[in-house]
Amino acid sequence: MSNLFDLLVAGLATGAIYALVAVGFTLLWQTSQTINFAQGEFVMLPAFLMLAAMQVGAPFWLAIILGILLSMILLGLAFKLLLVDPMMRHGVLPLAIATMALAIGIKEAVKQFFSAEASPFPSIVPTGEVAILGHAVSLQSIGVLVVAILAVLGLTTLLNRTSLGHQMQAAAQNPTVARIIGVPVERMILLTFLINAFLVALASLLITPIYLAKFSSGEVLGQAAFIAAIVGGFNQVRGAIAGGLLIGVLDNLAAAYVSTQYRAAVPMMFLIAVILFRPQGLLGRAEERTV
Amino acid sequence: MKSTLVVGALLTVMTATGAFGQAIKLANVAELSGGGATVGTNWKNGIDLAIEEINAKGGVLGRKLEVSHADSQSNPGVARAQVQKALDAEPYVLLGPGYSGSVKVTAPLAAEAGIAQIMGGEAAELTQAGNKFLFRTSFGQQSSMPKVAKYIHDEMKAKTVAVVWVNNDFGRGGRDVIVKELDRLGSKVVADLSTEAGQADFAADVGKIKAANPDAVFVYLNEEESARILKELKRQGVTAPLMGETTLIGQKVIELAGDAANGARGHVGLTTDAPVDLVKAFREKFSKKYNYVPDHNGLKGYLAVYMVKATTEKMGKVDPKKFADTLHGLTIKAADEPGILMDVTFSDTGDIDRQSFLVEVVEGKQVVKQVLPKVK
Amino acid sequence: MSGFAKPLKIALGLAVIAALIIVPMNFNRYGLFILSQWAVMSIAAMGLNLTLGYAGQVSLAQGAFVGIGAYAAAIMTTHGWPLPAAILVAIVLSFAIGWVLGYPALRVQHHYLAFVTLAFSTLAFLLFRNESWLTGGIYGISNIPRPHIFGIATNKPLPFYYVCLGSLAIVSLAVWWLIRSPWGRAFMALRENPLRAQSLGIDTRRYTLMAFAIGSALGGVAGALYAPLTQYIDPVPFNLSLSLDLLLMVIVGGAGFYFGPFLGAMIAVLLPEWLRFAEGYYLMLYAVAVMLLLIWSPTGILGILDRYLAERRTKAASALRAVAKSRLETVQ
Repeated sequence: MSNLFDLLVAGLATGAIYALVAVGFTLLWQTSQTINFAQGEFVMLPAFLMLAAMQVGAPFWLAIILGILLSMILLGLAFKLLLVDPMMRHGVLPLAIATMALAIGIKEAVKQFFSAEASPFPSIVPTGEVAILGHAVSLQSIGVLVVAILAVLGLTTLLNRTSLGHQMQAAAQNPTVARIIGVPVERMILLTFLINAFLVALASLLITPIYLAKFSSGEVLGQAAFIAAIVGGFNQVRGAIAGGLLIGVLDNLAAAYVSTQYRAAVPMMFLIAVILFRPQGLLGRAEERTV
Repeated sequence: MKSTLVVGALLTVMTATGAFGQAIKLANVAELSGGGATVGTNWKNGIDLAIEEINAKGGVLGRKLEVSHADSQSNPGVARAQVQKALDAEPYVLLGPGYSGSVKVTAPLAAEAGIAQIMGGEAAELTQAGNKFLFRTSFGQQSSMPKVAKYIHDEMKAKTVAVVWVNNDFGRGGRDVIVKELDRLGSKVVADLSTEAGQADFAADVGKIKAANPDAVFVYLNEEESARILKELKRQGVTAPLMGETTLIGQKVIELAGDAANGARGHVGLTTDAPVDLVKAFREKFSKKYNYVPDHNGLKGYLAVYMVKATTEKMGKVDPKKFADTLHGLTIKAADEPGILMDVTFSDTGDIDRQSFLVEVVEGKQVVKQVLPKVK
Repeated sequence: MSGFAKPLKIALGLAVIAALIIVPMNFNRYGLFILSQWAVMSIAAMGLNLTLGYAGQVSLAQGAFVGIGAYAAAIMTTHGWPLPAAILVAIVLSFAIGWVLGYPALRVQHHYLAFVTLAFSTLAFLLFRNESWLTGGIYGISNIPRPHIFGIATNKPLPFYYVCLGSLAIVSLAVWWLIRSPWGRAFMALRENPLRAQSLGIDTRRYTLMAFAIGSALGGVAGALYAPLTQYIDPVPFNLSLSLDLLLMVIVGGAGFYFGPFLGAMIAVLLPEWLRFAEGYYLMLYAVAVMLLLIWSPTGILGILDRYLAERRTKAASALRAVAKSRLETVQ
């Protein structure tokens, strides 16, 4: 079963990417009921910001910092102030549709102002391979997996162990009560948007060497992350991780043992099964609010 | 009374000279957004480059070329609408689209309007429907794939072959022709693997190839996916020789895949990597203008415009009605029209006949192993 | 629109209908094609509006139902069946699949229908693409004939535009009748107050399912017209993005407003065409326009009108509407 090992490792690495993207997805949903259909494009864009910084002469490390900062300003602050805030009180759907339009806008802008071509992107993880149990495993895959796990551990620690995290959770679970007990709800929501922007910039940095910087690379990612978030339970950070990893592995197992033509069908079947038998998601809790 | 006559005469003269110096209008409908945006943008850039060059040298028969670009959104329905719009404006020649499906839906419209259509689609069936107005800019898969199959069978001596293809009309079309050809020659297809456009993870596909243990692997994917599968093939230690098309051994793939591309071989019909001076010069001009190295679609768009130029100059006048007739059976020599890059002959069905190459990647460089001459 | 006097409304309606019949007579082929596309998409959006605006269910599979209708029509008419028979099959097929799909989803929890339909959308695309023995696979189906209606060939753009417009008229009347029938009143009761509806003995789940299945069937009708309109179909246009596009039409037009889908389809089909003067930037402009419109009025174009009229109406009436609206949103 040497093949199975390869499949699992590759699946986990892809799944870790989905997970990283899905985490931010669930964060936005919890705090502001934002379904962000542009999440995939949010991952695509920071790599281009970094490439642009390098084009004007910044060294790679500076480009990374600039890219992350710019992402937090554009995809965190501006996204919240300009698009989410005016629409938040008007239900889930209009905002979701507006993020769809945003996705089109970002894609087209990148295509128009940068290129329709895929550009290579430098890797922060060495590109070699190491042998684990007699199998060559790419360092990039390990890097993605490790960073994804660290990011999530950091995030859960922040949410569960710090008072800031408790305030964020309070703001997410019951904004009215949170406000009464003195939690700065607005600021907490803004914070989640900034965290999401940071996570997508991080994801962008990790996966663009594999996916390449291309205007359309967000489409596949965004959809996979959305599915991962649903499978894992929309309201749990842990769930998004489990969902992401599971979708990555399932996809590979499906291609290997079911059919390459229908590889995308298996995660979908799984999604339907999850909804029927465990509607709150694998690790989600039953919803406390009627949203 | 007299003055009105003079004014009238003046007006007639003015409009007449105006018509003489009027630009020749071409219409391009291509995949500028959606799944085919890279294809369409290359095609469009190639067209713009050729027109800029031609106009800088005084145009065609003293008239400038002008082109309108319309985006088909990679959707046959939209392509139909945009081609309709382009035809309503009565262009001299219609350029595009690049996706075979979009060509299929628009070709009858251009034929009905009696306007020649020079397109980028590669599906075998496009030129087999008896359309008298449709022209290719590259080999159809019915002419390139048999050469590849022959090489796999004769030169690689492969009795068993794994075929990996991308599941869109490009990949599927190539796969169908080569599987048939391999079967005819007696090489057995032991793995037939479809992959998705934009796929990042090829572990499962390569695992299947490894399990099938073929004598050769035929890879027919887009450039980016080619680079990813090359890396994965190397990682999992697949040693069977790899054969493909331009999309497997292009300079861009080599750049992306690094040393994983070494040893891969491919049939190169139309590529900026062709060992021809004019092609190299084209590549330089293109990369200088657009800051990237074009793929074969950039070349196709460029050639399409030079096909218009050569045909028009052959006719000696701008006559949309006779254009298609003139291009059928026409041979354009690179010595006479450098823009055509390599000698080319058009058949009565609008197919193309041209020299091609078999290339192997050796230490990150393409080395020509064999020159395949024109069929006729 | 209840702010207008009735005769004025009728006059306006007749003028629009007359314009839709007469003005396109001197359109070129491109204009007629786009307008036909608008009519077809309006039908699909109307179906989704029934599901979403009247029963409060989000479907992310309307595009897949358009695909089912399109393939049903393409396969049947290329095998010599008449288009009306194909439309009938498209309706039955979409309705049945919609029902089967919605049943388990709605059994579990109200808003999980959206997720199930999302998965279904992908599955349908894969089936269209992979089952080439039936659908022609990625090569698609070409040479789809246009029908003869009352012995008149509709190969030319203008007659076929009238086929699309006529179908739109029939569907519009049917929907108009439906939302005024006891069923329609039940749908509305559902939207306005599901708990009360339940306590009055309305089987809410059955009616929600019914609304979803009927909405899906209209998607099938639209597809059955789309196939002969383009005369060629392949799987790609019926992927998830068409479903999202249709959702955009309903929301931008104004969910739950009878005329919303017509306007929404105008925005989605015609606006990009109008913006084509901007060449490479036209889709960017389109995206910005949609965002601005939604920021300005999250309830869509008719929401703007509604808001304006509401200000002139009595406070009580507008309050009622607001309650209904907020109910609609929380249901989603």
